[in-house]
Amino acid sequence: MMMMEINSEIVPLTLTIKGGVDKEGHPDSVSEIDIAPGEIIGIVGPTGSGKSTLIADIEQFAFADTPSGRRIFINNQPPAAELRSNPRKKLVAQLSQNMHFLADMTVGEFLRMHAKSRGKDPRLAERVIALANTLTGEPVNPAFQLTILSGGQSRALMVADIAVISDSPIVLIDEIENAGIKKQEALRLLAGEGKIVVVVTHDPMLALMASRRIVMKNGGMTKVISTNEDEQKVFRDVERLDGWLTALRETIRQGEVVA
Amino acid sequence: MKMVVVAGTPGSGKTSVLMHAVKDLLRAGHHPALVKIDCMWTEDDARFKRLDVPVAVGLAKDMCPDHYAIYNFDEMLEWAIAQGADIMLNETAGLCLRCAPYPDRALAICVIDVTTGPNSPLKVGPLLTTADAAVMTKGDLVSQAEREVFRERILEANPGCRIIEANGLSGKGSAELAQLMAGWPDIDGEMVLRHNPPLAICTLCTGELRIAREHHRGVLRHLDGFMEYTGE
Repeated sequence: MMMMEINSEIVPLTLTIKGGVDKEGHPDSVSEIDIAPGEIIGIVGPTGSGKSTLIADIEQFAFADTPSGRRIFINNQPPAAELRSNPRKKLVAQLSQNMHFLADMTVGEFLRMHAKSRGKDPRLAERVIALANTLTGEPVNPAFQLTILSGGQSRALMVADIAVISDSPIVLIDEIENAGIKKQEALRLLAGEGKIVVVVTHDPMLALMASRRIVMKNGGMTKVISTNEDEQKVFRDVERLDGWLTALRETIRQGEVVA
Repeated sequence: MKMVVVAGTPGSGKTSVLMHAVKDLLRAGHHPALVKIDCMWTEDDARFKRLDVPVAVGLAKDMCPDHYAIYNFDEMLEWAIAQGADIMLNETAGLCLRCAPYPDRALAICVIDVTTGPNSPLKVGPLLTTADAAVMTKGDLVSQAEREVFRERILEANPGCRIIEANGLSGKGSAELAQLMAGWPDIDGEMVLRHNPPLAICTLCTGELRIAREHHRGVLRHLDGFMEYTGE
């Protein structure tokens, strides 16, 4: 992959989640968790266990004003009201499950507008497109309508947008799948230097890349598992396996015979 | 008495967002009463009644529902006072985008659906441009980037407005909205509309069914913007 300079101006910070309640109103077993700059932390649990709710609590800096009753602290303090809503001051970038754009605009127009909304230089749009094109095999052109992009193109564009325009100290990722993009490279790009990455995933490789993972059940945070040495060994096996599968996939895509 | 007028196109999520805000108001010890204005039919009153708050329905039938609401505001307020309410919430029908049923001293809220695309804030007109707050709904269906572009477009249309990102399903944003309602100044004295109602009346308003200009009288605007008066 071609490496690109991101020139991040991130000020590292710590994130604290203070427990609330599960769907039945029972207190979270995990009453508090601190996350340090540079840490990748996973969120796991079955469908409906509250993973997306926890991500949403972090995204909106919940202050006992969401159904979970959780509170989010930044650098051990409740964040100021403006940090919650003004995108120019936003500390959080989010890659959601929704892969398709609904906006009836061209790629270039959209990215310039997004840069403006974040108080950034609209010319960053070109860098976003160049970076997206390193993540997907189908090139994205600034004149394309957003609505015609494939799943892989949309996802690559969103990842690149987060790395360049929504460059923020906290990155939230909800189920990054292998939808036509290189997922490990994407995660590395998103993580950047000194960022906190919170990733909802059941992909063994991505989950084991995290140093810890929060286990969700019935809307509550039930426990935190630290990735131990045995798991790190498994991670290296999974990494090899994933590399092998990626190569096989490419062989098949190129119309060749698997040896 | 505080007065809140909630407007927005059909299906934008006005009722769902209001349901959550009403719950928050009740929890904070306020006494909201609700008036739902619709055209032909509504079942929103049944949804609101489940919250155990006073609910009244007004059906405008063949009248413009916004006009109907505007000349009935004093009746609505009298009713709300009789119910012992301290906040009167009026949910409008949400139809055409020509006028805005916002009295100057009420809290004017425009509910707007993010999935309608970033050009929609420019199309909504006075409903958005004269509102005090814009409530963005269905943000969970698009990316953060698209939400932020949408927000920028709202600010282009109405630079001074407060933007609240809400979700009618999860209740996100309702606490912020309820706080805004509870902190709004009480209404007093004579109120006027923030925006002028649509210009003139055309023959269609009085029941003409035939199409084409030859059958119509009054002030008519051509496709190219030229206005003419035909009639006596």
